[in-house]
Formats: sequence, structure tokens, C-alpha cells
Amino acid sequence: MSGTDPSVMVGEYRSYVLRKILFIAGCLVAMVAVLGYATTIGSSGISAIDVYTNIFYHFVDPSRCDPGVEWAVFTVRLPRIMTGLIAGMSLGVAGAAMQSMMKNPLADPYTTGISSGASFGATLAIVLGFDLAGLGGTAGLIVTAFVFALVPAAVIILVSSLRSTSAATMILSGIAVMYLFNACTTLVKLGASDASLSAVFQWSIGDLSGSTWDSFYTILVFTLVGGTILMAMSKKLNILITGDRNATALGLNAHRLRICLLAVISLMTASVVCFTGIIGFVGLVAPHIVRIFLGSDNRYLIPASALFGALLLMVADLISRVIIAPTFLPVGVITAFIGCPLFLYLLIKQRRSMW
Amino acid sequence: MRIDLSKLEFGYDPSSPVLRGIDHVLEDPEFVCIMGPNGVGKSTLVHCMNKILRPTGGAVLIDGEDIGSIRLKTLASRMGYVPNSTEDSFPLTVVDTIMVGLQNDYRFGTRDEDLERVHRVLDLMDIGHLAMRNFDELSAGQHQKVMLARGLVRSPEVVLLDEPTSNLDIRHQIEVTKTLSRLPATEGMMVVMISHDINITAKYADRIILMHDGMIHSVGTPSEVLTRENLRLVYGVDADILEVDGRPHVILKDSVPM
Repeated sequence: MSGTDPSVMVGEYRSYVLRKILFIAGCLVAMVAVLGYATTIGSSGISAIDVYTNIFYHFVDPSRCDPGVEWAVFTVRLPRIMTGLIAGMSLGVAGAAMQSMMKNPLADPYTTGISSGASFGATLAIVLGFDLAGLGGTAGLIVTAFVFALVPAAVIILVSSLRSTSAATMILSGIAVMYLFNACTTLVKLGASDASLSAVFQWSIGDLSGSTWDSFYTILVFTLVGGTILMAMSKKLNILITGDRNATALGLNAHRLRICLLAVISLMTASVVCFTGIIGFVGLVAPHIVRIFLGSDNRYLIPASALFGALLLMVADLISRVIIAPTFLPVGVITAFIGCPLFLYLLIKQRRSMW
Repeated sequence: MRIDLSKLEFGYDPSSPVLRGIDHVLEDPEFVCIMGPNGVGKSTLVHCMNKILRPTGGAVLIDGEDIGSIRLKTLASRMGYVPNSTEDSFPLTVVDTIMVGLQNDYRFGTRDEDLERVHRVLDLMDIGHLAMRNFDELSAGQHQKVMLARGLVRSPEVVLLDEPTSNLDIRHQIEVTKTLSRLPATEGMMVVMISHDINITAKYADRIILMHDGMIHSVGTPSEVLTRENLRLVYGVDADILEVDGRPHVILKDSVPM
């Protein structure tokens, strides 16, 4: 196309970007719709209009809120739903960034052994009453799980700092640490009572039922800070996926960047896992589903994965609340049940390869 | 840009160095081809010139400044690089793949002027029709042209190319090499290319650096370097050298014991 008009290509590219932005906007609308609908589900019948009206007046003019609706929405239902939303966002963003930085489609936020570290911390707290912060009860468990969740990532960063290592070496280090922590968890569980084992099991399968506004705000802070950093690094992630040598030639210290990203992702994921337990699949699958529609450009992949991750986790939580009501199913089970068939369907249906 | 290679050494293992005291200066905008058998250190030499590898001895000076003290980003803004293989694990569109090469100018949004720069190199490589295709949908030859476009998009002062034509058919090898050979004159760019094709190199190179055993064996114009004796010693081949249009043309005959 020697000597062609650049405006044709510019026009094509602009409409390509517009399609991405529309997809992101669609995810946002769907997320708000699911949020409203999910808040209507429960023993007291509240319509979606009541929910949105209450949320609006709660911030604009609290005196006009119906106390019954206000209590049901803000005290009972929204803490869980909003925690699901922000946890889904965090896992989606962390998954997208982890896959790009490791150049590996199998990577997810737990790849570096965060889940095994958190499990070990939670098991120590539940079985032995070990409490790093001395807070006792659930708060003590959360802090202990959070701190131990970061240990595997710290080991990987330490190993990586000793010499410049590749993404594959980092993943393998994570797997090695994961096995070690799993073995430690098993050791602790050997002497546990039935009640403790049941509590450890409940924690390990991922659950939003214990969510509070505190859990929401804590995860929110980590997600906002981490998400902003990852968005700012999205262009650099695009360079990183072209390979370390090329990244170096383009002026990027791939090794240092990967360590920075790992620290950010680990903190984000640890903040989620310590409150909700291990919710699998969202961090792995949400970015891949988004990639099918948007491609792999991290500038759009990261925000879209945040919204899609939130949507996926909120829908899963909604289903977990209604499928055998009034009993709840753990949300981690539902994310796999809806995420897996959806992902397989899209994998089969898509024409082009994204990995 | 002036690149001084001073007693340059590199080795993964101190007992078997890959580069053994390279001394050379690259300066004028010209089309320089690095040649030599496999494993002789051609890619290693190029990687020491753009900080992908850190020399284990000697120095690389860029305009008199040691490369170790130059920031990667500063160096990258002046020096383009085209690898000999691609490892893009999550493919982008061709436009986005090339835009990655803009790095320093690569803002969150995409400016029209960025897209126009991409369009210019797509035109240069004659791959404008591939602009919105996904990178992984392309053939190996098309991949290589996209990589070339990415290396050139920032209009660097120097571009280092590691066997950029190895996956191209003979027609495209000639076209791409011809395009690269014009860059010193049209863009004032120094082009340093690793090449294995003796006759295409002989036809287009301004200067050839022939490497042997981790050292520079011979440097000069194609006629000065591509001699029967050099080819026998460095490559272990027997050849007749003809002259076509004032350039050497090598007729390979047989391998010889080294």
C-alpha cells in the first residue's frame, strides 16, 4: 500500500478503539444493573427502583431514606455485594496484570503462592489460635492470613533479586513455595479438631457471607492504589509481553518492573484473600474472556478485566444466594461452575487465537 | 552517533569467552553488515551495543560516554533494535505492536501523529494492508517485516538488526535489504545488520565486519572482506569470487577442512 492515505488507517484504528470503549461501558452498565438486582434479593421484598433511590438519597439527602429499606440495603445486603464487587475487580485486574507480566496465560493472582501462604496463616489462626496482630477473633485471622499471603511473594522477590531471573523462574519459585506452605498447612491440620478443620475448609473455599463495610473499604484502598499503579504501568506491560530482550532494547528494565508489579499484585490479592478466602477462577478467567473481545492491549484489558471480574463475582454471589435459598453456597464454587462453561464456550467459539 | 568498541569482552563462563577483545568504531551513517559463522558472537556483540548484555571486559562508548552510565531509556530513544525472533505471548494488532516501539512517546491515548508514524513505517515495509490484523495471524515473513517496522518507527539514529531477513523469501530479502541500505542516505541513520546471506550483503552493504572466533577477523568494503582466503578461513568453504556491477559475487563450491 505504498503511498496510501494515513487517514484511512487512523479512522480504522479509532473505530477499533471505540469498540473497546463501548465494551468497557457495557460492562459498567451491566455491573450497576447486577448490583441493583442483587440488592433486591433477600427476605424483605425491595424493588430495584427502591434500591437505587435509597442509594441516591443515602448520599444526597439521608433524611428522605426509608429506614427499613436503608437498613436492608446498607446494613444487610450491600456490604456483601460491594465486597464481592471490589474483590472481583481486584482479582480481575491482578489476573490481567499477572498474565501479562509473566507472559503466561495460566498465571492468575494466586500464581505466586499467595493462596497457599494465606491458607497457612488462616490455618494457624483457626487451629492454633496464632494471632500476629494480637487482635483476636476474625480480625486476628485476617491480619495473620494477610501477612502470610505476602510471604511467598517476598521469597520470590528475594530470589529474583539475587540474580536477574525470567518470568518462568518466578513462576517456578512460586510453585516451590506453594508446595512448602501446603505441606506446612497439612502438618498443622494433623492435630486439628473437627470444628477447626471445618472452619479451615470453609475459609479455603472462598465465601463472601462474612463481609462487612470494613472488609469493603480495606479491599477498596488496596484496589484503588494497586489498580491505579497497574493502569499507569499498562503501557509498560504492553512492552513486557514482547519479551525481556526487546523490552530492554526499548528502554525498560524488565526485571525491576516485574518485581514492582509482583509487589503490587501481591498486596492487592492478599487484601482480598484474607477477607474472602480463596475465590478461584475470577482472576484467571475474567482477563481471558475480556481478551477474546478486546485483545491483549493492557491499556484496555486492565479496566475491562476489573469490571468483568466484578460482574462475574457478583453474578456468582447472586446465584450462590438464591440457588438453594435460604442456605448459601460458597461463592468460590459458583465462580467455577459459571466461569468454566462460559470460558470453554468462548474458547471454542472464538476464531482467532489470543494466546 | 559514534559507537566505540574498546577491547570488548563478553562471556557467560569466564573460561570460554564469546567475545575476545573487539576493537572497532562505528560512526558515519552507513549500512554495516556483521557476518560470520554460527556461534561466533555476532548477536552477543549487538546485544552488548544496546545494553541487553553487560560486557565482562572492555567498554562500549556511545559518543564517548560509557554505555553503563547511560540510562536504558535514553539509549533506547537513540537506538532501535530488531530481534531475530518474536516472543509476543499475547498478540496485539500490527498497529499496536509497532506502537510499542514508540515507547518514550507512547502515551495512554493514541495520538494521530503516532498513528501517522506507524503508517509511514508500514508503507516503508509495504505491509499497510496488515495494519489492523492480529500479530499472530501473520506469516513468519510478515512477522519479520512488522518487527522491522517496530525497530524503525521511532526514527532512531542507529538501528541494530539481528538477522532481520532470515524468514523472508528471496524477493523480500532483496527488497528489505535494499530498503535498509537506503536508510543512511534518506534518514541519516546508521544501520548495523547481522546477515548470513553473502551475496545480498555483498550487493548492498557499505561495509562488512567479518567475525571469527569471538574477534573481528576483517573489516572493509565487500570487495575487501569477501575474499577467497577469508571465506576459507572463517566459514571453511571454497568459493570463486566474481565481480558483478563492481561488487563481489560469491560462487560457493564446497566445504573444506578447517
